[in-house]
Amino acid sequence: MKKFFIPLGFFLVLVAFLAIGLNRNPQEIPSPLLGKPAPLFSLSTLDAGGVKFGPQDMKGKVWMLNVWATWCVACRDEHPLLVALSKANQLPIVGLNYKEVQAQDAPAGRQLSPEEKLRIARERSAVWLQRLGDPYVVSVFDLDGRVGIDYGVYGVPETYIIDKEGVIRFKQVGAVTLDTLQSQILPLLLKLNAS
Amino acid sequence: MKSTYRLLKTLFVAACLVLFGVTTALAKEALPMAQDPVLEKRLILISEELRCLVCQNESLASSRAELANDLREEVRKLIAQNQSDQQIKDYLVTRYGDFVLYRPQVKPLTWVLWFGPFLLLVVAVWGMFSYVRQRQSAQTTVAAFSDADRRKAQAILNSGDAP
Repeated sequence: MKKFFIPLGFFLVLVAFLAIGLNRNPQEIPSPLLGKPAPLFSLSTLDAGGVKFGPQDMKGKVWMLNVWATWCVACRDEHPLLVALSKANQLPIVGLNYKEVQAQDAPAGRQLSPEEKLRIARERSAVWLQRLGDPYVVSVFDLDGRVGIDYGVYGVPETYIIDKEGVIRFKQVGAVTLDTLQSQILPLLLKLNAS
Repeated sequence: MKSTYRLLKTLFVAACLVLFGVTTALAKEALPMAQDPVLEKRLILISEELRCLVCQNESLASSRAELANDLREEVRKLIAQNQSDQQIKDYLVTRYGDFVLYRPQVKPLTWVLWFGPFLLLVVAVWGMFSYVRQRQSAQTTVAAFSDADRRKAQAILNSGDAP
């Protein structure tokens, strides 16, 4: 009997490890930025007036930073949820448009200048936001992805919740779903707004 | 005969020259890959130790993902700023976490990873020894042939029935 149960025991341990290991999402990498101050930046906004925006402008508020692009399919999926969230006046959402203009958008044989990229990015974003609704209090453009690197962005969309002191409290890689909104984001908001 | 041979030879040389000309012309169109060979060499050495976060089983050196491109450019800048390998890796770890390192750091969280296999080996060796010892002691308890057994065996052999 013992001879039978020992291999069975080993097998069950193996099954348990595989069951846990294989059900984890390898795309979800714990961010080292949680609990750290949000990296500062100063980027051009959707308004052509040349006004710059940075996280320092949101000091004293609990806010959401949503990284998106018009070429990002999953962004389209989560967009209605963000629009609903902003309509419900839950928190200010800042849109960080990540690398809107890609290398293949340039005409053959030459590269686009930063000014041209910004113009194209503004045009495309304006159309997109007009068509699907604009949940953002302000939209900024990270044309070369430098700010994205500071925030550890590796798959758009990504969403951050930043507290009143400018500390990152939450990060979501991939589209925000109703489930994460209800189970994680809204309870966190209550907590952060109370403090 | 000799003239056709010469003609063929000239044609062959001409074809070679044309092909050579075409390939060098194509080569000129490619972007200058390594502007600073020393820097590029270090970039490859460092980025082979780093994981591309988009296609997770590729190193930063081999990945063609857009993000890998950007990160290589970032590492290039850091090398140009005379940063050490460790500083460059720390730069990426503070942004993307330990996951970017193909060689995990030795720290309490990764002890199981680093030393677990040796622990398993020790357990396995211990298990093997105890199993062998158990078998040996079991064998010695089997009674040796008694005289009666030997006589019986001899009788069978002598009877000629043995196969």
